[in-house]
Amino acid sequence: MSEQVRDLESFRAEVASWLQDNFPKTLKGQGIAPFGGVEGEVEIDPDAALWRDRLASRGWGTPTWPSEIGGGGLSHVEAKVLSEEMHRVGAINPIPLLAGMGVTMVGPTILEYGTEDQKRRHIPGICSGKIRWCLGYSEPNAGSDLASLATKAEDNGDFWLINGQKVWTSGADISQWCGALVRTDPSAKKRDGISFLMLKMDQPGVETRPIKLIAGASPFCETFFNDARAEKGDLLGALNDGWSVGKRLLQHERASQTGARPTSNKVGLTLQDLAKQYVGEDEEGKLLDSDLRTRIASHLMHTKAHGLTVARIAAEAKGNPEVSAAASILKNSATRVSQERAELALEAMGHQGIGWEGDGFTEDEIEHVRGWLSGKAISIYGGSFEIQNNIIAKNILGLPEMTQKG
Amino acid sequence: MAALNEEQQMIKDQATAWVKAQAPVSKFRAMRDQEAPLGFFPDTWTAMTELGWSGLVIPEAYGGAGLGYQTLGLVLEQLGRNLVASPLFASSVVGAAALMTWGSDAQKQSVLPSIANGSRWVVLALDEGPRFNPTSITTRLEKSEQGWVLSGHKTFVMEGMAAHDLLVAAEVVQPGLEPELCLVLVDADIAGLSRVPMKTMDARGYANISFDQVLVESDAILDIQGSLQTVTDIAAATIASEMLGTAAAAFDMTLDYLKTRKQFGQVIGGFQALGHRAASLYSEMELTRSCVEAALVALDQSSENSSELVALSKTKVSEFLHEMSGQLIQIHGGIGMTDDFDAGFYLKRARVLESAYGNAAYHRDRYASILGF
Ligand SMILES: Cc1cc2nc3c(=O)[nH]c(=O)nc-3n(C[C@H](O)[C@H](O)[C@H](O)COP(=O)(O)OP(=O)(O)OC[C@H]3O[C@@H](n4cnc5c(N)ncnc54)[C@H](O)[C@@H]3O)c2cc1C
Repeated sequence: MSEQVRDLESFRAEVASWLQDNFPKTLKGQGIAPFGGVEGEVEIDPDAALWRDRLASRGWGTPTWPSEIGGGGLSHVEAKVLSEEMHRVGAINPIPLLAGMGVTMVGPTILEYGTEDQKRRHIPGICSGKIRWCLGYSEPNAGSDLASLATKAEDNGDFWLINGQKVWTSGADISQWCGALVRTDPSAKKRDGISFLMLKMDQPGVETRPIKLIAGASPFCETFFNDARAEKGDLLGALNDGWSVGKRLLQHERASQTGARPTSNKVGLTLQDLAKQYVGEDEEGKLLDSDLRTRIASHLMHTKAHGLTVARIAAEAKGNPEVSAAASILKNSATRVSQERAELALEAMGHQGIGWEGDGFTEDEIEHVRGWLSGKAISIYGGSFEIQNNIIAKNILGLPEMTQKG
Repeated sequence: MAALNEEQQMIKDQATAWVKAQAPVSKFRAMRDQEAPLGFFPDTWTAMTELGWSGLVIPEAYGGAGLGYQTLGLVLEQLGRNLVASPLFASSVVGAAALMTWGSDAQKQSVLPSIANGSRWVVLALDEGPRFNPTSITTRLEKSEQGWVLSGHKTFVMEGMAAHDLLVAAEVVQPGLEPELCLVLVDADIAGLSRVPMKTMDARGYANISFDQVLVESDAILDIQGSLQTVTDIAAATIASEMLGTAAAAFDMTLDYLKTRKQFGQVIGGFQALGHRAASLYSEMELTRSCVEAALVALDQSSENSSELVALSKTKVSEFLHEMSGQLIQIHGGIGMTDDFDAGFYLKRARVLESAYGNAAYHRDRYASILGF
């Protein structure tokens, strides 16, 4: 034990000194903006590119992945030390962001289901932060009922030929690769005829059309496949077993969404201080709007309860954050934390919380409004709020299936 | 459940097995039906004492096991599941905590061992009206020619009818000095003290107690340094464990019914409205459990933020138990309304415990104040 502690402390020192030498000071505390921001404009500042490459050279953008193929080869505790030390110097790890769905979803699934050849060809690109992945699951008629998907792939001898349409494909217009669920056996039952294919986005058969969202940006697209091609070697998992591969990927997605993120990117004021600023306080320091005070207190309690639960579930899994059924509970709870916070912030801001653009509003105010709007999606994607409740009812509580099977 | 050490796991298993075998809800029902005078069965208490629970958190030097509140919580949770009636919480937790926190060596020496072995019940007499309000106490302790004199009125004292001794919250009033809060250790049979049972819906042993010029010795006074909060925090955090157990049992009964009751040709748990309700109750229970456990651990570690976590715990568990006990009835339909079925016991006990040591509104307000807004 003490040896482990000593090793961990010497690792911490190694990380600290490496950061001292390698983290560009200009990026300190800048968050994701220098890397093109969340909306994914691909312009990236030169120091940001330098930091991305240095981090990738150690494999520390994907710290727990195997080092032979671009990961960091660290244990979970070491990865935690790394992230603590980065946080301490105001550095972020931009690689999960730059890789699109690569780090959080596609990569872990390739590591689990992929052949050695697939790992060698795809994992290093994800680790480098230079290859962005998107995910082609949803279709106009296949949302929550994903198994109804109709995009089909035919074996053309030398390659797969893909035809159909996907929708809500986040980052499709800026991604190099796509992990798609396609129908490979139209005669089988709905879930039994689906496969998981990996294909290049930059090819004549793929067209993307950005869709503008209520928050004003266009982070996702309609994606059309017209005789698009995928290599024979890029089928992930077994033929017609795409449903289990795809479901596993969604579990990774859910696990990555259990930490409640503020819907606004700006760190800064606590909700209670923000409210005081706009609403005012009495001589004892109590928020003047007592009804809002009560609701903010309830919200902060829920937030705390969520954080304690994430920690408790991790502790019970003995430091091995395995993807578990509890992820559905945490996803819904995280959703509530984020959305409630955004609602309360807007309410506290009053008329300053209704701005769209222009000089009448501060940057932060606009950011809050946009964040509130885009945050409405959290309870829709990654399995909607209702679908998570179906999963909890069935998989945790053992109640009957709530949805008709195909 | 937080990761437990071997001893904790053993105590938990023991409590689970004992409650299941020796203290089914039918035992509580018998206690209620017979209107047991103490508000619990003495043989239940004897058995609990033999398991060492009456001295669980009392230091070994005073005849206890010297274990922490997290461990105690494991036992309380199991007791809460089957509504086990006993003076454990009132005497061996709250009474003992007050003496451990503020008692002089002599007071500890003379009282704690008999609390630990279960032979003496010492309970806190705090509330004076319908709401929990520990900072405004009107019971007075005054110096007179005969010595110290205690006067006032206390309400809803838990196990107040059974108690051998009371720890009475009072304001010390002395000429020329600011009134200051203290506790006075008083024999429940002393002259000038009168108690009347309060028949509450949970059929437990509450008393309203009057003090009419009760003479007390100066060595009966505990200096509490102006605030009862250390002990009211312990009380709120531990009763939360019992409440969590009560809620968990209510959830399990409900889930069981969802899986067995059929209507419209299917089990009712297959209706999505009910399935989703169960999912959200379960999720809320998981969040609540994290808060309850965190508060107990914080007390054991004397963490700086323990009051914050206690307020969180009591708020969350009060809200959840309220909702859960209501849903227990609703989801059972008509049978839930019958006295023959146990659901009503849970609903009634829930409402009583919600108001004990501060309800959700009380602790929510406190939470906001602790966070500075
Ligand atoms: C910001 C954003 C990013 C996204 N990114 C991607 C992406 O990169 N790739 C991708 O493939 N998809 C993506 N999606 C799509 C997302 O996965 C779907 O929107 C989601 O699966 C829901 O499908 P739908 O929109 O068709 O809604 P529907 O499935 O039509 O649902 C409509 C409503 O009905 C409810 N509902 C549906 N079925 C049930 C049921 N059985 N029980 C109870 N209620 C039910 C839903 O909860 C919802 O409230 C994204 C979505 C958003 C909003």
